[in-house]
Formats: sequence, structure tokens, C-alpha cells
Amino acid sequence: MKLIKSGLMTAVAFASFTQAHAADFSVSVEIPKLDVAEYHKPYVAVWIEDNRNQVVSNLAVWYDVDMRNAEGEKWLKDMRQWWRRSGRSLEMPVDGVSGATYGPGAHDLEFTVGESPLADLQPGDYRLRVEAAREVGGRELINIPFSWPQSSEVTFEEQGSSELGAIELTIKP
Amino acid sequence: MKKNLLKPLVLSALVASTLSVEAHRAWILPQETQLSGEDRWVGFEAAVSNDIFVANYHAVRFNDLVVLQPDGDKHEAENLHTGKYRTVFDVKLEEEGTYKIFTASTGMRAMWEEDGERRMYPGRGEQYTEEGFAENVPEKADKLRIMQSSRRMETFVTLGAPTNETLKPTNTGLELVPVTHPNDLYSGEQATFKFLIDGEPAEGAELTAIREGTRYRNSQDEITAVADKKGEVTLSWKGAGRYFIEVEYKDDKAKKPATERTGSYVTVLEVLPD
Repeated sequence: MKLIKSGLMTAVAFASFTQAHAADFSVSVEIPKLDVAEYHKPYVAVWIEDNRNQVVSNLAVWYDVDMRNAEGEKWLKDMRQWWRRSGRSLEMPVDGVSGATYGPGAHDLEFTVGESPLADLQPGDYRLRVEAAREVGGRELINIPFSWPQSSEVTFEEQGSSELGAIELTIKP
Repeated sequence: MKKNLLKPLVLSALVASTLSVEAHRAWILPQETQLSGEDRWVGFEAAVSNDIFVANYHAVRFNDLVVLQPDGDKHEAENLHTGKYRTVFDVKLEEEGTYKIFTASTGMRAMWEEDGERRMYPGRGEQYTEEGFAENVPEKADKLRIMQSSRRMETFVTLGAPTNETLKPTNTGLELVPVTHPNDLYSGEQATFKFLIDGEPAEGAELTAIREGTRYRNSQDEITAVADKKGEVTLSWKGAGRYFIEVEYKDDKAKKPATERTGSYVTVLEVLPD
């Protein structure tokens, strides 16, 4: 019950945020419906790295934020790449980045370059990384390379094969 | 009655001898090495066995198990229990950073003959002490060999981001100094470690690394390397898993009256998939 509530609150926060500012950076993360006996919603991290593998921005980290005694943080390290690149140096939860886990479906995130949590990107090559890890399930990492800025609206797409479905990145000039 | 008295002596002797020489392998195995969250516990197993990591020969009996917390202060090992084939204990990680769990010793060993009979100090199951050495080892004897020896067996676990305070060398015995942090290892990457003998680069130290699960394959499939002038070795992992790593060093730059210096180092490191 608690999880749903905080998920809604995050959505509301995003909505009001995006109304005031034109989003120029949208990410869609699809979580596949899995036919398994024991299903837990996956932990998911979405972040951007530059061409030296340095984390430029954490865009989203979905985990069991509301568990007692920060118990939900116990599995953050299962998003191995995110944990190594960024998570282990962060104080969780992170405002505007942490949120509750989501179930199957496409989940849209919108950001404005230069407005928290998306940094003011310098022109160059980057990659969007989306990592999912599921309790008693698997782990998958999807990378979408992109250049900033773009001269016209463009959508990049990658398809996950196990823990993630379609991942889309749309950049507006 | 006699049998019962002898038993503990024989056991500790076996462990002591296997820590120093060939044949069997002693290890301290952490269940996990990279952790997230707060106040996390890690379980450890310590055993002597040939199969990596199947405890089926002897439990390790610690004389001096030390846990260093990230700030370098001593921390407790809890729930220590010695079973037939393994010793288990837990460490509660209360601080963020890298913990080091180890046992180490240094001393002199001597071998000689008296009236045609082989003698040695320390004897089986005996601990080296300066007084004991002075009392037992003759200044001159047939085939007298005196060795300065050091042993270290350790492992590392990290809560949050890895730190370096606990990885500072003591400059005594054979030690690992990270170039690559021991809790930041990934299968597709190389790792470099530096070895020091009494604080100096351990050039020529011989390393053997074996990935866990030897029981489920037909060869040891070990990685071997020799330390260069800087005491460094660079390893390319053979997949993810926990590795048993053993390093042996020998030279003649011993403290008098010893004429040989030996160092033995064992660690267990976990390599994660990319």
C-alpha cells in the first residue's frame, strides 16, 4: 500500500515539474510482464555516462524506498554497474531520483537539460544506461549511445531481452 | 585418555603446517564482498582443504583473528564457532568502507640435527616466541638452517564505496597493496596488485589464483604470475567468482641469525560479472 502511495507522489511531482518546463529529454523504460512463480518488481537505475565512463547524472533509481530500517537498500548493489559507477558513493535516497519500484508496463520519465536531476550537458558523446535487477530473478543492462546536442528531434531505441523491454530515449533540440 | 589429550595438539599442528607449506590450502571465505545498505552482516568460513571452496579437511583454528574496520580500528568477529571441517564467524558492518579480516604471524624457524636426529623449532603446534627460540635453538649444530618466515591470510569486504585505510601495509612480512582495489574486481577487466616483503617490492614472488568450483571441473585452471621489479602482478580473470590466491616469496635477505627469508600470503577475492 505504501509503495503505491509513494509511486503516485513521484508521478505527481514529475507532472508538476514538467508542466512548467519544456521537457527536452524523455526516457521510456518498459518493464516486461514475466510469467514466473515468484515475482518481485525489479530495481531499476537510469543514468547517463560520458565517454570516459563517468556518471554525469542519475536520472532514476527505483527500489524499495519505504522498507523499514532502509532494508530496501540491501539489494541496491545488485544493479552492479550502477552501484559501482555511482550508487555506492551516494547517500540514499536521492531527492528527485529515488522512487518506488514499478510493475510491468512502459514508464515515461521527462527531464530538462540543466535542471535537476539532469546536468547541463556539454556538447559531446554520452550513453544512457538502464539497469534492472530483480529479486530471485535476473539482471539486465541496456546502453543507448547518443550525442548532445541534436539538431532535430530524434528517438533512439533498444530492446531488452529479459528483465527490460523497450527502452526509448527521445531528445528534442 | 591419552588419545583425547593428543587430539587437539595434532589438529592445530596440521593447520599450522598447512598454512606454511604445499599440499593443502587454508582460506577465509566471505559470503559477499560488496554490500549496500546499513548495518549489514557478512558470514565467513575458514577452512583448510584442497577443493576450492569445499570445507572437507580441517577447520582453521585462529590464534589471532583480526577484523579492521574502515577507520583502521579493531572490530569484532562475532558468533565464532568451530565445526568439524570449518570455522564460521560473522562481522557486522557498521561503518561504510573496506573491512580487512586477517590472521598474520612472523617469526624464526630452525631445523637442525642432534645426534643424528632431526630437530626443529617451533615444534609442531608450537608458537614462535623470541624466548623460545633463544632457549631451544643451538648456536651451532649439524645441518642448522634458520629461516625468517611470515604468513598472512586475509580477505576484504566493503559496505558502500571501497576505501584504503585498512589496506595500508604494516611493512612486516609478505603483504598485498592494492593498485586495483580488492573489492572492485570485474571479470572483463584486469587487476593489478603489488606485493611487499617487509615493506620492499617482493620481486619474484610467485602467485597462483584459482577460481572457486574446482570440484565441478576437470582442471585447476589456475592463473599464475610472477611479481616484477615493482613487486606487481597483473591478472586477467577467468570469469566471475571467488578466487583463492596464494603468493610465495623466498630470498636470502634474512635478519640474523636466519639465512633465508620466506613469506606466504593467502587471500580470497571476489570477481563480479561485468
